[in-house]
Order: sequence, then C-alpha cells, then structure tokens
Amino acid sequence: MAILYKISGPVVVAKEVKGGQINELVHVGQQRLLGEIISLKEDTASIQVYEDTAGLRPGEPVELTGYPLSIELGPGLLSTVYDGIQRPLNEIREKSGDFITKGIYVPALNRDKKWEFTPTVKNSQEVVAGDVLGTVIEYNLVHKIMVPDGVKGKVSQIKAGSFTVTQQICLIDNTPITMMQRWPVRKPRPIKEKKHFELPLVTGKRIMDSFFPIAKGGAAAIPGPFGSGKTVNQTDLAKYSDANIIVYVGCGERGNEMTEVLETFPKLIDPTTKKPLMERTILVANTSNMPVSAREASIYTGITIAEYYRDMGYDVALMADSTSRWAEAMREISGRMEEMPGEEGYPAYLGKRLAEFYERAGRVGCSSSDDKPRNGSISAIGAVSPPGGDLSEPVSQSTLRVARVFWALDSSLAKRRHYPAINWLKSYSLYLPELKNWYLKNVADDFYEQRAKALFILQKESELQNIVQLIGPDALPESERLVLEAAKMIREDFLQQNAYDELDAYTSLKKQYWMIKTILYFYDSSIKALSNEIPLQKIVDSKIKTTIAKLKYTKDDEIQKTCSIIFKDIDTEFSSNVLRGE
Amino acid sequence: MQKEYQSVKEVFGPILYVQGVKDAAYNELVNIIMPSGEKRKGQVLETKENMAAVQMFGNTTGLDTLKTRVRFTGESLRLSVSEDMLGRVFSGSGEPIDGGAAILSKEKVDVNGSALNPVSRAEPHDFIQTGISTIDVTNTLVRGQKLPLFSGNGLPHNELAIQIARQATVIGGGSTQSKHEGKDDFVVIFAAMGITHAESSFFMQDFQKTGALERAVLFLNLADDPSIERTLTPRLALTTAEYLAYEKDMQVLVVLTDMTNYCDSLRELSSARQEVPGRRGYPGYLYTDLASLYERAGSVHGKKGTVTQLPILSMPDDDITHPIPDLTGYITEGQIVLSRDIHRKGIYPPVDVLPSLSRLMSLGIGNGKTREDHSGLSSQLYASYAEGRDLANLVAIVGEEALSERDKKFLHFSNQFEQKFVQQDFNENRTIEKSLDIGWELLSLVPETELKRVKSEHLEKYGRKFRK
Repeated sequence: MAILYKISGPVVVAKEVKGGQINELVHVGQQRLLGEIISLKEDTASIQVYEDTAGLRPGEPVELTGYPLSIELGPGLLSTVYDGIQRPLNEIREKSGDFITKGIYVPALNRDKKWEFTPTVKNSQEVVAGDVLGTVIEYNLVHKIMVPDGVKGKVSQIKAGSFTVTQQICLIDNTPITMMQRWPVRKPRPIKEKKHFELPLVTGKRIMDSFFPIAKGGAAAIPGPFGSGKTVNQTDLAKYSDANIIVYVGCGERGNEMTEVLETFPKLIDPTTKKPLMERTILVANTSNMPVSAREASIYTGITIAEYYRDMGYDVALMADSTSRWAEAMREISGRMEEMPGEEGYPAYLGKRLAEFYERAGRVGCSSSDDKPRNGSISAIGAVSPPGGDLSEPVSQSTLRVARVFWALDSSLAKRRHYPAINWLKSYSLYLPELKNWYLKNVADDFYEQRAKALFILQKESELQNIVQLIGPDALPESERLVLEAAKMIREDFLQQNAYDELDAYTSLKKQYWMIKTILYFYDSSIKALSNEIPLQKIVDSKIKTTIAKLKYTKDDEIQKTCSIIFKDIDTEFSSNVLRGE
Repeated sequence: MQKEYQSVKEVFGPILYVQGVKDAAYNELVNIIMPSGEKRKGQVLETKENMAAVQMFGNTTGLDTLKTRVRFTGESLRLSVSEDMLGRVFSGSGEPIDGGAAILSKEKVDVNGSALNPVSRAEPHDFIQTGISTIDVTNTLVRGQKLPLFSGNGLPHNELAIQIARQATVIGGGSTQSKHEGKDDFVVIFAAMGITHAESSFFMQDFQKTGALERAVLFLNLADDPSIERTLTPRLALTTAEYLAYEKDMQVLVVLTDMTNYCDSLRELSSARQEVPGRRGYPGYLYTDLASLYERAGSVHGKKGTVTQLPILSMPDDDITHPIPDLTGYITEGQIVLSRDIHRKGIYPPVDVLPSLSRLMSLGIGNGKTREDHSGLSSQLYASYAEGRDLANLVAIVGEEALSERDKKFLHFSNQFEQKFVQQDFNENRTIEKSLDIGWELLSLVPETELKRVKSEHLEKYGRKFRK
C-alpha cells in the first residue's frame, strides 16, 4: 500500500507506489480524496489532488485504482452541471449542503433513472466500434448509443425496453454492452477522418457572422482584459449559436457568472427547437475558489463530453471560459512540482497542451462502419484573459498559433460601452475562403463584396482619425468626411449590438446583409449627392440616418421591405432640390 | 490530540522548520510558546515525514531553536463566532483588543471556509442604494456582489468606503423576506490590513460618531502589526460575515482594506518559502488565493442573508495593469476606479466613470427595482461623457475654436457631468430618483438627435421637463 510522504498545497508526494502509472487515478488519505499521478520517480509519485488537501497527514494511505482519470458518457448528461472532474453539483448539494465537503462521491450519471431504448440494429448483425446500436430520447435529442471503442462482432440479445445506464442492453460477441461507457479525459476519442470546413457556426452576432465568421468545427480565441466582455460574449454564443449541443466550461471564473447561466438558460427558449436552452447545454463549473487541480482537469472533461456528442453526428460548440485560468492552474501545479519554468513561470509544455486542446475541435467523419457514415463537429471557442490586456504573454500567443479566428476584445471600446467590444481592425478569421461558397449561396451573392467594402471604410476611418487627431475634422476634404460619417454608421448602427435587447441580441444573416447594404447604399448615394453639389451639412443632418439606426430593432421578416423603402427615400432625398437649401 | 515538540531546527523569515514531527496535518493550527512564555499562532504550510514547516502569524522576534515549544493542535484554524461579535474590535488574528471579554461560543468555524457550490448560489439582484450617483446610476451595486475600489495613495478611498458603509440600504423591489423584519440595514465587517493608525482612527471615529459601531465588527491589523498576520485577517472577517449572513439572516457588507498590503504579505511568505515567483515577485497562485477571498461574497438559495464585499486596493503607481488590480479585476464583478486627475480638479468622490464597471448592474436595475429608464440613461451618460472626454483631449491639441457646435456641447456636457453628477458631498445621500434626474438634466445639454441610447418614451416621461 502506498503511503503519503509530503503534503504542500494541491500536489502531494506518496512513497512505496508500486505499479503506479502516469495519469492513473488514485484515492488519497483516509477521506479518499481523488487525485491523479503526474510524475513518478522509482516508487515515489507526485499526485495532484482534485480536492482541498487541508488536514492530510504523512503516513495516510494512498490507493491506486488501476485506471486513468475517466468520465462517464451516456444518457443523462444534458442540462447537468458538473464540477471539473464530472461530479454532478446538484446531487452534491443534496448530499452535502451549500458548501462542497471533501471526499464526497456521487456518480456522474444517475444509476436509477430508466431510459426507453429503441434498437436500430438486429440480433446477429455485425457491428464495429462507433456504430449506432439504438437510441434513447434525451430531452428532445436523439441520443445514439454507440458501440464502445475496441469492441466489434455480432450483436445478440438486443431488445427494446427501459434500462438504466448500467444494465446490459445487448451482447456483442461475448462482451456485455451498457448504455454508459467510460473514457479517459486526456485521450481524444477516435474518429475516422478530419473533414474540410463548409458551414459557418451562425452566432447572430453581427461582427462575428458578417466580418469574422467561425466555421462549424473551427477554433476561435477571444482574448481581452477584464471588463471587456469575454464572458458576455461566451454566454451569448452559448445562447444563440446554431449548434445542437453546447458544452460550457466555466474554468476558474466567477461563481456568480455560473449562477447567471444556471438561472437564465432554463428560461431561455432555443429558437430552433422551441425548448429551454438548458436542454441542449452541459455545464462544467469549476469556479475560481474550487480546487486548482480540478480546474486543470475541467477543460478535458468538457471536451471529452463534446466529443461524445460529436460522435453521434451532432454539431457541438464548446465554450471555455477562461483558458488562461486553465493555463495558470497548470503553472501552479508545475511550480509545486518544482519543474523548470518557461516563459512567465508557465511550464514549457504550455503551447503543446493548448494546441492539443484546440486540435480536438474540428469537423470529422465519425468512427463507424463505412456504409453508415456520420459527420459531426466541435467548434471550440476559448476566452483568454491576458494579464493587463497585454497580448504578448504566453497564453495568448500560444492560442493564436492554433486558433484560426481571433476576436480581439478592446477595453477602450468597452469603456465607451461599444458592445460587443470586438476590435474590427485587429480581429481576423481564416475561415473566410472556406465559407465563401456557403455565404454566397445562402445569404447573397454580393455578401463578400459588401463585407469587404464596409471593412475598407473602417480601415480608411482609422487612417483619417490620425489626421483628425492632429488638425481637427474640419480640415478634411468633404468626401473624406463622408467616409467618417459612413464609418460611424457602421460602428454604431451595425457593429454595436445590445445583448440585453430582445430584438437586437440575435440578428439573422439575412438581416445582417440588409443592414450593411443599406448603410453602404446611403454612403454611395451621399458621395453622388456631394458631386451633385448638395451641401455636406445637409447630408450629415439627413433624417434617414435615424431610420437606418433603427434597423436593429426591425423584425426579420420586415427587413427587406423596410430597407427597400429606405432605398427609395435615399433616392428621392438626394436627388431632389430640397436638400440644396436654395 | 495535541502533540508538543521542542525541536525547532530553523527559523527563516516567518517560517519555522520543526524536526521530528510525525504526522502534522497540512494547514493544521499550531500554538507556539516562545521562550518568554508568550503564545503565538501558526499554521502548517508543508508537512512530510519528520519535518513540518510552520508559518507564524505573529512576530518572530524572541524565537529560538532551543526552548521554543511548538504544539500541534490537530485541528484547523477555527474562529468562535456569535452575534455578540457585533460592536466589538478584534486584532488581525482575532483577539479582542477593545478590553472586552473573549467571544465564547459553541460554534467554531474553519476560517478557510469551503467552496460554495455553484448551484447553491442565488443570482444577486437586489439593488443597493449607496446614495452616490456614480455608483447607483452608472455602476450599480447589488446584494451579494464583490465590487472593489481601485484607488491610489493619497486618494479619498477611505472616505468613499465609509460613506458607502454608512448610506448603503436596500430599497424598492428588494427581496421581500428581509424587509418585513426591518433588517435592511447592513451589518459592516471591517477588516484592516496594514493601514496606518491615522486611517484606522478615522474609521473608528466615524463608526462611533454615527453609532454604526453597534452594527459593526472590526478586525484591525495596523501598519506596525506583524505582516504575516494580514494573511489571516480577511479570512476571519469573511468567516464572521458568512456566519452572520447565512446563519443569522443578516445583510453583511465586508470592507477589506488595503488588499495591496495583503498581497505583499503573501509575497513575503512566498519568497520565504523560496517559491518560483510570478509577475513582480508575487506567487503564481495569487489569483487562486485572491479568489478564495473574493468568491466568499454571494447570496445562497434559501438563505435570507447575503455577503457583499467592498475590497479597497491602492494601485501601485496608479497602474491598473499591476498584478494586484489586474487579478482582482478578473475575479470581482466590476470595479470602481478613482482617478487622480479628477481628484485634482477638487471633485469628491473622484470616481472615473469610464473604466469603472459593475457587471451585475443589469440584474439590479430597471422597472420594479430602480426605474425603467435607468439602463438607457446610464448607457447614454457613459457614451456622451466618453465622447466629451475624447474631445477634451482634442481641444488640448487644436484648441476649442476648432470644435463644431455639436462638439462644444459634448465638451460642456462632460464638464458639467463631473461638476454636478460625479461631485457630491461626503454627507450627501442622494436617492436613486434624484441621481437619475440629475442625469436627465445634464443630458439636456446634448442635442436630442444624439440621444440614441435612450428610448423616446423615457425621454418624454423623464427628460422632457429638463429640456428647454
């Protein structure tokens, strides 16, 4: 029996560890706290403990389990709130009260609940790992029960009926199969192949969808200093993006933010299914005051759950808020192990770990028999909290190397309450070429042109602002002042979006297109008007601008009509003599 | 199970290494008996076979390696809590220093607390009226929130903190349960870490003058008290706060000042342990440690009491990117930033509205809580003030004549905003209606077409009367 030798913070050292493996799950001390072996030297093991180590003494027993840190996958995951090592927080509350006590064990999946299982294969059919054996209905999602990894053969004794997750539903050759399977969190679940990106993850956020879109299966980073709106953006994405399943990992963030998600999601209705948003959501909550080792594990727990639903052929979106806290947890553990620190004290393997995480996202052909192909995707969106907002720090830099969308949050925008505070000059998306076909076909064939033109105006504005800073706006030629006007309209009437307004919070792609088009039409017409000697001040004071500003609050089905009326108004106003003021 | 050892091997800064210790528990409370017979407290920082490292909370002067005895108590550091603590003054390590008796209570609570289960948390949504316009209108505080004051040396953060503590009250649509019992006034827990005698007596005098001391508990660790004790002081304060809130149904406001001194003590301890330093020498776990304090604010399902936190920290060299304000800002739900520039203009409280933020604001305002026009008005004030401040910078370069008529109006607005909205007296307690009306009055300086963020019906209802 291994025994504890040294305790100092979340990493403890045990001696006489015989046959222990790296990443093996262990029970530490009399209270049987969960831990994981992270380094071995002969028979001495360093163990990161997922619970508070206060009260542990040298000499207490350490028990090896023989298997790595794994989570339970099966029906019953949806709408549950887990901690970083997949303990269901609601059940824990029932057992131990409002404060989390140590050494408590509750299974992640309810063992008593019965699920109505409908087989989709017949007895004596040959199946391979990943094939669908049958389905159960989890809320309103068809939850596919798949053949576990490493199993193949002939199905027998399969039947419909209601089962708990641990009851046998069939035999494959001689292996009994239950609806629940286990998977070690640090190992990616197998896939058949990675696929090309084709579809955008539609978020309803104008700056994201129109300017810097993320593909289904893509990876995006949202770095920003505190107060710039990382969490609001993340929860908004969880609310409005058109994924089938949302996995939201609250990693080392505020308790009250998780509460906000917990209290609002059950009340919000998913626009596609008309059911509460909570029913497509799984939360992994390891708030900043919960143990630091479990914070390190929470990201892996989240992505493994995401992979499980991806394997069924669903589009999953995973929000990790914040990956910096995750990296700091790694740093803390690395420091306790007295590893040689890399940049800013982070371990040298930080970049590798981040890359491994983002690479588990993607659009894939799921593993299954060749005649029954399924495609699924995981879109990973990671918030980054750079100290002091300085993006040169290691976590931001390592993230930007792997994430292909960069939504740069800007505190100066947040300060003037320009939300979402995403800087349009610094942000980018590398998915634009891959998504072009889809956008042109499904939104409008001049969508990319309009988008490019709007971004050009914004770029031009920033150049002109430099001049304005020096000599004042009056010194600019009139045509350039129109650029400033147009840029202002794009910024205020298009990019600014109020997450708390019912109509404004989500904008369909079609509406986004018409909004840009209208602003650009106004700009083009005003240039023409100027050359027709209509005075600049009259254009600037035009009442039509107010109408355009209100497009945000126009309903989807009225947008096209409203915009064509505005087009006509612009034509009449700018061509008539009324404006010339003679 | 008390075991006593007389085998101190080494004293290094605030850390004692005790040899031959069989099985000290991690984080266990230790009593240290000095050669003079004096008793001190300590805590186990690291334990392994035959050796325990003990962090001492008091001064290490007088310790030796021969006679000093170390007694391991077998339990964690606990605080006796009771309602009798109200009106009392304690040292930074929890001993009474007001001449009164020690607190006797059956209830002894682990000062480190346990993590509140996220599903047990109730969403904070009860508006707290502080009577200060820059907080109530533009950075609303709600019950169960943690909202720090980011200040600098020489700025009146203590005055502002005490004004908030004195004036804070829940009005309007506050939760109905507590209103019946007339328990809407806050109990104030005040934890001082390394502040000067002058600052401390300022707080004491104000507490005594207003009679607030009866509903306050004070933990004082002053600048000349042992610095390591400071790592304990906020935990005692928060343990008391949690007890009064969750067991005794009280509304508790915890003032922690000054968090910068707390962090410096943590750094001192970390360097004595020869840990790998993070940014500016602070330990890599500073975030986790601060979170273990700040996250103890909140409100819990089924409990009437709440814990609201108002930590104060002085930003070294007014640098908001310094690790202490930076990490604090990532944990707390917003921040109130005090500005030296505004202070120099003679404006009290010198709140810089632009970088200040309350993340829980949207939960605590609006119809039935404050007023329906609150959200739009606040957003409009922000935007207009931001624009005015930008213009002020421009004026510094090109002169005021170069501005358009419209821009001049915004410039005028932002000056008036500072003079009338931000500026208020140390004893002035504005109702939320009054603060909102001042906002509307100021907006009358701005052309109506520029008011894009307020709803037109609210403008008619509340703002029209101020426009000529």
